[in-house]
This record gives sequence, structure tokens and C-alpha cells, in this order.
Amino acid sequence: MIRKMSHASIYVIDQHSAEEFYINKLGFEQRMKIPIGKNTFWLTVSPKEQPELEITLMPIQNGEMFDSNTADQISTLVKNGTFGFGVFECKNIYATYQELKEKGVEFTKEPTEEFYGIEAMFKDDSGNWFSLTQFKEPEK
Amino acid sequence: MKQKMYKYKQIVEAKLFIDDHYADPINLNQIADSAHYSKFHFIRLFKLAFGKSPHQYLREVRIHNACRLLIQGMTVTEACYEVGFDSVPSFTHLFKKCMGSSPQRFKLKQKRKLEMVEKKPFQFIPNCFIQNHRLKNSNFQ
Repeated sequence: MIRKMSHASIYVIDQHSAEEFYINKLGFEQRMKIPIGKNTFWLTVSPKEQPELEITLMPIQNGEMFDSNTADQISTLVKNGTFGFGVFECKNIYATYQELKEKGVEFTKEPTEEFYGIEAMFKDDSGNWFSLTQFKEPEK
Repeated sequence: MKQKMYKYKQIVEAKLFIDDHYADPINLNQIADSAHYSKFHFIRLFKLAFGKSPHQYLREVRIHNACRLLIQGMTVTEACYEVGFDSVPSFTHLFKKCMGSSPQRFKLKQKRKLEMVEKKPFQFIPNCFIQNHRLKNSNFQ
């Protein structure tokens, strides 16, 4: 039986910039930073209230990880905003939206009422998009 | 929506102020005043926005930063004063309550972990990633 997810990967264009974005803008915490090559790290972060999920900020590099063609293709797709990697949950979307905007996060959708809650969408510094959602309280 | 945004604008600014000035003596009454809210209303809105009172949030930010400084090698006393606490015993007590161990023990545990990461880095990376990304063939030391 699968119990839970422990690691998920996000392809990033620049690990240093992604680290700054996820930690200083989104407020995530660093879990691991291990050098695995020239200017390349095994770099994982977690939302503060979910330390058991490590999100790997995976560099797209020619060489060991990808061949040159594949790396170029993935980089282009990421930059073009092809990949949406998930939904981040928040307690109060208006406050969270306001805070992230203040910190310079680029939103592609303002908080909007949906049938499941209130949702906004933002992009990370590489171009990956995410949903930011305040889910409806379950009816009692 | 704009009304709701405006409602939280000052509260978000107060949170960001705490993020930037946690190490200074922060007077939460002054923050409430500068946000043009009564103290009661300010605390209520802050809790609505972030799920905790401004005082609880300030303590958490201080403890979080103390962890960072301890990992970087500061002594418990240095970290205590650096993040804005004014008494080592009360810092130690609060740290233990939040982190489940004393600052000294936390520091030791983190030091051992860092040493292990340095000695045996592959133990901290899932093997599937090592194989799929051929890390063992890279110039990984």
C-alpha cells in the first residue's frame, strides 16, 4: 500500500535562482543541499508545514543528466510555461496572494471563486506554474 | 475581491515587518497602531490570515532563525541574543517546546547530520535518482 509521497521533482532553469525563489519568496525551507557536480546540487525544499515532502529542484543540464538535445527541449518547455507541477494549499488566499505579490511573485490568475474553493495561479522563476488554492471547508 | 485584498494588506505588511525585524525589540502594539487597527482587531485579522497570533508568529520566526544560526555554528547564547531573545533560559525553554529538543542537542544532531552528508552523501539521495541521472559517473565527490 502506498502511504504517502516523499519526493517530487521540479525542473528548474537555474538552481541558485530557484533556491532563492522557493525559500525567500514562497517561504519554503531547505531540506538538503548536496553538491553533485560543478555548480550543481541535490537541492530539496519543503513547505514549512509539510517537512515530510521534499521537492527536488532539479537542474536541466547537458552532460550527466540529459543529452544536449533533451536538455534544450526541456529548458524551452519549462520557460514556455508548459509544465504545471501541482497545487499549493493555503489557509487564507487573499493574505497569501497579497504577500507573494509583495515579494514579486508573478501571478497569472487572481484569486477566483471555483467550486472547490478560491484559486489563484502563479509561476516560479523558471516558468513552471502552480495553483494556489484555499479549499472550501468541508460542510458539517 | 479588491475589498478583501485591502482588508489584509496592512496585516501582510505587519507580517513582512516581523520577517525583516524579528531580531529587534518589536512592540506589537505599535505594529497594530501603524496598521490603523485596534490591538484586538489586529490580532483577530492576523490569526485569520496566518492561523496564529502575531506574538506566536514572532516567536516562531525567532526560533526558526535560531535553528539556522545554530546549524551555521553559533553558540546557543549567541543565537539566543542574535534573534532577539533577552534571556537564555527562556529561549532554551521555548526552543525545546517548539523543536522537541534543547538548542544544544539540536545543534549537535545537525552537526552530526552535516558530517554524515559530507562523508556519505549518497545516503541522502534516493538511489533511483542516482541511477537515472548517472550521478555516480559525474564529478560528484
